Amino acid sequence: MSSSDHYSRQRPFLAGWFGIVWAMVFHHPVMVLAFLMLPLLTLLLLFPDLLAPYDPVFQNVSERLSPPSSEYYFGTDGFGRDIFSRVVYGARVSFLVGFLAIVIAGTFGVSVGTFSAYCGGKPDLFIQRFIDVLLGFPLLVIVVIIAVAMGPSGKVMIVSIALGLFPQIARLSRASSLAIKESDYVDAARVLGSHPLRIIARHILPNSLPPVLAQIIGYFGVAVVAETAISFIGLGVPPPTPSWGRMIQEGSRHYFEVAPWATVFPGLALSVTVFISVILGDKTQNWVRLKTSPSRKVDL
Amino acid sequence: MQRYIAWRLVLIAPTLLVACTLVFLVMRILPGDITFVIFGDVAVNPEAREFLRDELGLNDPLHVQYGGWLWKMVNGEFGGHSLESDEQIASMIGRQLPVTLLLTVYTVFFSIFISVPFGILSAVLEGRWPDRFIRAITLGGLALPHLLVALLLLLGLLLFFEWSPPIIYYPPWVNPWSHAQLMIWPTLILTWECSSHLVRVIRSSMLDVIRQPYVVTAQSKGLSVYRVIVWHVLPNVMIPLLTMVALQVGTLIGGVLVLEIIFGLPGLGRGFVQAAISRDYPVVQSLAVFLIFVSLIINLLVDVMYRFIDPRISYSG
Repeated sequence: MSSSDHYSRQRPFLAGWFGIVWAMVFHHPVMVLAFLMLPLLTLLLLFPDLLAPYDPVFQNVSERLSPPSSEYYFGTDGFGRDIFSRVVYGARVSFLVGFLAIVIAGTFGVSVGTFSAYCGGKPDLFIQRFIDVLLGFPLLVIVVIIAVAMGPSGKVMIVSIALGLFPQIARLSRASSLAIKESDYVDAARVLGSHPLRIIARHILPNSLPPVLAQIIGYFGVAVVAETAISFIGLGVPPPTPSWGRMIQEGSRHYFEVAPWATVFPGLALSVTVFISVILGDKTQNWVRLKTSPSRKVDL
Repeated sequence: MQRYIAWRLVLIAPTLLVACTLVFLVMRILPGDITFVIFGDVAVNPEAREFLRDELGLNDPLHVQYGGWLWKMVNGEFGGHSLESDEQIASMIGRQLPVTLLLTVYTVFFSIFISVPFGILSAVLEGRWPDRFIRAITLGGLALPHLLVALLLLLGLLLFFEWSPPIIYYPPWVNPWSHAQLMIWPTLILTWECSSHLVRVIRSSMLDVIRQPYVVTAQSKGLSVYRVIVWHVLPNVMIPLLTMVALQVGTLIGGVLVLEIIFGLPGLGRGFVQAAISRDYPVVQSLAVFLIFVSLIINLLVDVMYRFIDPRISYSG
């Protein structure tokens, strides 16, 4: 189904803004849901205590492993801590790690990739071999090595996930810049005597960045999953801080059969997050593709 | 072509050397060492600890350790012995690799088997309900982390069938039934994810190709849909498909740490995590270098296969 058709060729059932909104909700309910989640999530990250009824680290052993109820929406864990509050506070860790990781990886990846493409020749060859090495490590392997080397902490987590994503972004951004570097207007700018930095900033980046950015949005979910997986292995953010991965690990290891809610709810929160990231990344990518090649009206 | 392959094989050596150096340096930054793991939490007198360090060669200067390790990498021992169990690393990898490799082979086989027909269906019926349905399923495969899927699956099996997969892994040539009972679950989970990637690649590249003039020509001269797809469209899908399959094989070989841990598969991923947690330097280093080696070889194979799929691609140099 080509999304743009609904707005351009067919006359909308209802005109005006309301019609557009109606068409969006009707034809892309999942996307609308994903976009609606964004402000909600932001609110949740800034003010978790608005939503969380209890202190996430408060232990009430007499209420341990109680099932979901109106008092404890998601039940309680083995220490009698409220799982709903812990999921809400745990979102902070996951999102902060995911967000900072893609920002760092994106900044370095785009810089190195564009630089490598612009220079060409020996520097390019050298940088690409180095990137080959980094690409050879699966993301989780890099994160495990660094988490073990530096000792598990939030900062290490961010840096190591960023390091794992960096080579992929660098590769992508290089490929994206290479084509543009060959174009006539870049040649023209060079002949006119523009400074290389100016050429990169004014001519190459504006054209090479959009597809890379769309991909980076998708990497947010990858980063969040990596954080959870590492916490699950036991090398994540240390215990008192609530984190989804650790909750899943504790829940599945110690009382999986008696209290599945301790595992399932943080897991669902994780899935919803990744889902949103995947959809947003996807839609942005389509949008970028539509913008760059008008002949192609396809969404994935 | 032969020259190209030879040149690429030569290039692997410096890349591996860079990888070795990186891994070695990162591993040596860490505080604490294996002696704490070997002795456990027991209080030991410092001399015993020091003696053990000497014996394991941890007190040598860095360049001596580095040189010694590099030598062990090339002389056939593949990095010497594990500090923890004193097992030869080559034999450790020999034990763990088949598990991971089997899982990868099952997954890739099923994924290709499933994704090719469904990818084609999805592209041909673009926008109709089968396409929407397939896309919804693939979206799930991409968005649901396999950590959660695995746990829910185990929980479901336990609650509804009061059954859980065998705890101990047997190779298929020892106990095929038990092997199948255990391996089917991680294979299913990984197949869902892997085939989602493949279906999307097939679908989007087919949609690209279907709009090309030569496909219209083929259709208008009266060829059957089957013939148009198999002869004119599919060959053009092969390259992106192959790229994606290679990418998936790369992640499957090194990146299924979590599933291997959940299902207790004694594969490379789990071995790597265990070695990393117990600070077993030589094992971590060798495994990391091994993974890089595998990924370099996969890249080379893919580039060579491109040449066979698409004769227009030529490598000179």
